[in-house]
Amino acid sequence: MSIKLSVEHVYKVFGAHPKRALERIQKGQTKDEIFAATGMTVGVSDASFDVAEGEIFVVMGLSGSGKSTLVRMLNRLIEPTAGSIRIDGQDITRMTRKQLIALRRREISMVFQSFALMPHQNVLENTAFGLAVAGVGREQREEKALAALDAVGLKPNAHSFPDELSGGMKQRVGLARALAVDPGILLMDEAFSALDPLIRTEMQDELLRLQSEHARTVVFITHDLDEAMRVGDRIAIMQGGTVVQVGTPEEIVREPANEYVRSFFRGVDVSHVFTAADVARRDQVTVMERPGVSLRAALERLRGHDGSAAVVHDRGGKYQGVVSIDSLIACIDGLGRRDEGRIEDAFIREVEPVSVDTPLTELMTQVAHSPCPVPVVDAHGRYKGTISRATLLHTLDRTDKGAA
Amino acid sequence: MISLYAGIGAFWQSLKEAFVVDLPIGEGFTAVVDFMQTHFDLFFTAIADAISFVADNLTAFFNYLPPQLVFGVLAVLALWRVGWQFALFVLLGLYVVMGMDLWPESMDTLGLVIAATLAALGVGLPLGVAMAKSDLLAALVRPVLDFMQTLPAFVYLIPAVIFFGTGRVPGTIATVIFSMPPAVRMMNLGIRQVPAENVEAGRAFGCNPLQLLFKVELPLALPSIMAGINQTIMLALSMVVIASMIGAGGLGDPVLAGIQQLRLGTGFEGGLGVVILAIILDRLTQSFAQRSRHRTGIGTRIKQLFARGEGVRAD
Repeated sequence: MSIKLSVEHVYKVFGAHPKRALERIQKGQTKDEIFAATGMTVGVSDASFDVAEGEIFVVMGLSGSGKSTLVRMLNRLIEPTAGSIRIDGQDITRMTRKQLIALRRREISMVFQSFALMPHQNVLENTAFGLAVAGVGREQREEKALAALDAVGLKPNAHSFPDELSGGMKQRVGLARALAVDPGILLMDEAFSALDPLIRTEMQDELLRLQSEHARTVVFITHDLDEAMRVGDRIAIMQGGTVVQVGTPEEIVREPANEYVRSFFRGVDVSHVFTAADVARRDQVTVMERPGVSLRAALERLRGHDGSAAVVHDRGGKYQGVVSIDSLIACIDGLGRRDEGRIEDAFIREVEPVSVDTPLTELMTQVAHSPCPVPVVDAHGRYKGTISRATLLHTLDRTDKGAA
Repeated sequence: MISLYAGIGAFWQSLKEAFVVDLPIGEGFTAVVDFMQTHFDLFFTAIADAISFVADNLTAFFNYLPPQLVFGVLAVLALWRVGWQFALFVLLGLYVVMGMDLWPESMDTLGLVIAATLAALGVGLPLGVAMAKSDLLAALVRPVLDFMQTLPAFVYLIPAVIFFGTGRVPGTIATVIFSMPPAVRMMNLGIRQVPAENVEAGRAFGCNPLQLLFKVELPLALPSIMAGINQTIMLALSMVVIASMIGAGGLGDPVLAGIQQLRLGTGFEGGLGVVILAIILDRLTQSFAQRSRHRTGIGTRIKQLFARGEGVRAD
């Protein structure tokens, strides 16, 4: 994947003498010290990250963490104090006013938290706003605007006015307006934060659907961890103006960079972030290779290991089935004295293996009802480990404890 | 004891002599006016010519119009913008004006008000935009506006007469000065109150400063701007009456005559004419201040009027 947007050592200082504040930052002073000494506010400090073509890059942080300032520097609604921002390799911080306006018209568009629709224009005119500003002729811009409205399902409302629409519909117009100019980069500043929870989920789905049809580079600002986890391919977490961690949702949940990042997960449901592969363990049950294992030998080994169940796989590591002491005994009881029996007969039928990429949420019922740990297999059917009830509870519990 | 009082009195007297000086502000003002009169004569003549051209032609135009046409146009405007009740009021009001034999005076006043309003808006609206864009300019202009609004009107009628003589021109100029501040203030306020995210949206989609002004700021500030224009017209109307003291003519004349000759009836009639004109102008301009996007066409309105025989919702 190629790098679409590259942010390097970007700073923003609000105040009369930003350069002096920068010097203090270089000397290692904190944001609070600088504010106390100079009255200047460090909005963003040394932010660096790359955004790949076609990914949804989420910037998450609490209010005041500098995420809104950061996103506004990406199209220079706010001028960066220092650092460089490259779009397709071109440094936008060095652009002239004219180049910048051209960039905003064709390359980068934005969706706002409060929608920021023009109340005097109807939905179609609002959607065509960017095109009208760029001087596109009426016919062509209405055609493109209608296509964008169609994409967000608002074509029938083209001639309504913003005050006749619900919040969710307004933001669809905001989204259509941003899509109508067919931008290389879409900036979304808390785009769904003003919406009701249900509508918000709906809009997240809408965004993901649009993204599956045409992958754009999206920089998505939010303060909501659930939202970040749902839409983000990668997440950058901001704290007090600095980017403290960048990674995939899984990486961040598994290894929070600091206490602040961990605190986000307090009371947050992380079960949809983890998959079966993340929690599967290999030390819970005895593993046997099928050839050469007789029923009685298997029973002996299980008793010897003090285990209750065993996974059986073939020489290639391919999962075959699960046996337990009970199932083995039941099977042996049914045999004649001389009969060796086949291990397959002792497999517990109701235990179905799950695939490695199954989210934890979908595993819960199965693990809860299974008589023994649930085996996990990869795409080739190879045994990867098991998930017991204890593991599952421990995983869910660990994240909570870790935050406390 | 007495000597103590005397001592304090003497002390106070000397204090006054030491600190309180006579500031020759009045003399200064006279000197400035004198200086401007002798050195900027050509400038004032040019202004006077321009204003008299507009004001004379407008008043002549309204007087030239047949009253039936004025009745018709205003009634239709009232029906379109406000509703049938108001259209009825307009017809009734104009009928009363006609009946009081004040038609030419009313048309004079209308012409002067429109001329003064045009001049006031022509200067005031751009000034308001500039104020909204520059805090420094706003800080400088604000006290001037206060001055223009609170200085008793008679005070600048006098220099107006000195510069421009008597008649319509100084009357119009005094009216322009008096009526301009609300247009400037409301324009400034309206633009400053445009939501920050709308302005950001405009910039984010690549507006240049001019596009930002015309595509975002002015449309969003429109209700406020229209309220300012409405106020300007109302102030112009009230000032035009006072300006009749320096011979501007119009509905102020019967009012002035009523005052000077204690002719109660004449004065009242002039006053009533002003009120009727004021209500008509006020409601009509106010109707433009409200956002009217679901504007019903005049044809629909008339149809609704006859179909249901009831009032049509005002926008």
